Amino acid sequence: MMLDGLYQEIILDHYKHPHGRGLRDPFDGEAHHVNPTCGDEITVRVAAASGEFSDISYDGLGCSISQASASVLYELLSGRTASEAAGIHDAFVALMQGRGQVEPDEDVLGDGIAFAGVAKFPARVKCALLPWMAFQDAAARAGVDVSVAPEVKA
Amino acid sequence: MTFDVARVRADFPILSREVNGHPLVYLDSANTSQKPAQVIKAMRLHNERHNGNVSRSVHTLGTEATSAYEDARGKVAAFVGATNPDEIVFTKNSTEAINLVAHSLGQHLALKPGDEIVISEMEHHSNIVPWQLLCERTGATLRWFGVTDEGRLAPDDTLINERTKIVSVVHMSNVLGTINDVSGIVARAHEVGALVMLDCSQSVPHLPVDVQTLGADFIAFTGHKMLGPTGIGVLWGRYGLLSVMPPFLAGGSMIETVTMNGTTYAPPPARFEAGTPPIAEAVGLGAAVDYLNALGMEAIHQHEQDITAYALKTLADVPGVRIFGPSTPEGRGGTLSFGVDGVHPHDVGQILDALGVEVRVGHHCAKPTCVRFGVPAMTRASFYLYTTTDEIDALARGLDQVRKVFG
Repeated sequence: MMLDGLYQEIILDHYKHPHGRGLRDPFDGEAHHVNPTCGDEITVRVAAASGEFSDISYDGLGCSISQASASVLYELLSGRTASEAAGIHDAFVALMQGRGQVEPDEDVLGDGIAFAGVAKFPARVKCALLPWMAFQDAAARAGVDVSVAPEVKA
Repeated sequence: MTFDVARVRADFPILSREVNGHPLVYLDSANTSQKPAQVIKAMRLHNERHNGNVSRSVHTLGTEATSAYEDARGKVAAFVGATNPDEIVFTKNSTEAINLVAHSLGQHLALKPGDEIVISEMEHHSNIVPWQLLCERTGATLRWFGVTDEGRLAPDDTLINERTKIVSVVHMSNVLGTINDVSGIVARAHEVGALVMLDCSQSVPHLPVDVQTLGADFIAFTGHKMLGPTGIGVLWGRYGLLSVMPPFLAGGSMIETVTMNGTTYAPPPARFEAGTPPIAEAVGLGAAVDYLNALGMEAIHQHEQDITAYALKTLADVPGVRIFGPSTPEGRGGTLSFGVDGVHPHDVGQILDALGVEVRVGHHCAKPTCVRFGVPAMTRASFYLYTTTDEIDALARGLDQVRKVFG
């Protein structure tokens, strides 16, 4: 059934058992993003004083896709330097905007490859990207630019 | 006469399609209704045979188009019990109709600080934001009725008082399905000299609505929720009020005469229909009204009551499902919002869609209503004259699947 592509076991696992969830101190930048069409919300905090993302914390309300995506983001970007994070961010955004045509690289995206199926559901791409866009904003407020990605059109 | 739902369904071409390999189960009519062949054909015929601009051409096509457009106005007027077709203003949608009243009536009443506008906590955003903006422009104060746990308007004896100038509430909630008994509100508002607007977007398509019985001063509704096309909405207003209200949008068709130094305005409804109106859409809406009349609004309402009773009973038996709004069919329509324990509505909707069951998920443009019930979003199944008990069963089976995936 076509939903198998969307609700991968990895996504459901991250949704039911999120990693790194909860807002933590200290932090250097925070952003709150809302998806106005569905009301999903997320707050992301980053601690980046040392030049790397020593902590990324988040809290939110939303569907399995948006919440699992936040958990995967935490796994992938915590402890990374700005340029490493920018590369992974770029790869995830490209995957989501690829309409299912982009082959994900597991070495770069780890559990994030489970979101490849989401790209085939245009209505859900925004859900998956919500935490990533909030992260980008939070990082910018902490003085770290991770926006090497082309402009987000989703 | 028994209501023959199979015969009704045969009139709706879209109902025979499949979605994701399953027969379409369309449970999103509160969002937009499907169109019968009669409406589609009427619009096609108009465009193929009678297309011309209205109210300005001496040629035959223009005359035919004008006559078709005005015929539709007459049909819509009769449909809601208006005695004068000129009390029907065609707009783009309900939202524009409410904005029209907020602007023009707000200006006519010269609202000022100290004046009050009353709405409710169960309104669609389109019956909240125009009034918030009006309050910002004039300094008036916005107040509202609360909502009870059972999804009814909470009585409040002091809310409507001598400071109240406008009361605008929903006739049937697009989220809770509640049909508000507005008679007390209308009587109280008129007692203190306030005017009443009703958002009838969800009621006019589903039950007999008569503006004389309702007693309100304005009602808004929209074509696409009552088997008609998108792009056309309706404002009904008492002629005596429309005739003293200033224009909303300005341009062609709404004028009496224009000089470089000033303009005088046409009487209603033309005063409020600036620019080329939705002509083919009006024809489609007229055909929709004919279709509804042929079946009878009483019979349609009864069918939906039966479906709603069946759905309430069926969903009550699905573990983990919580219904928002009245739990019995009395005083409610066929719009049923619910939550599935531990599963976000987006995920519910996605799994149902994979089974061909189309429901709406999200905040339904009524965020305060969701907040009132402590949830960010809901899943909503909404019914119409073509809904069957088999489709309710398909919904219940889909919810079992939801629990399997997220169990």
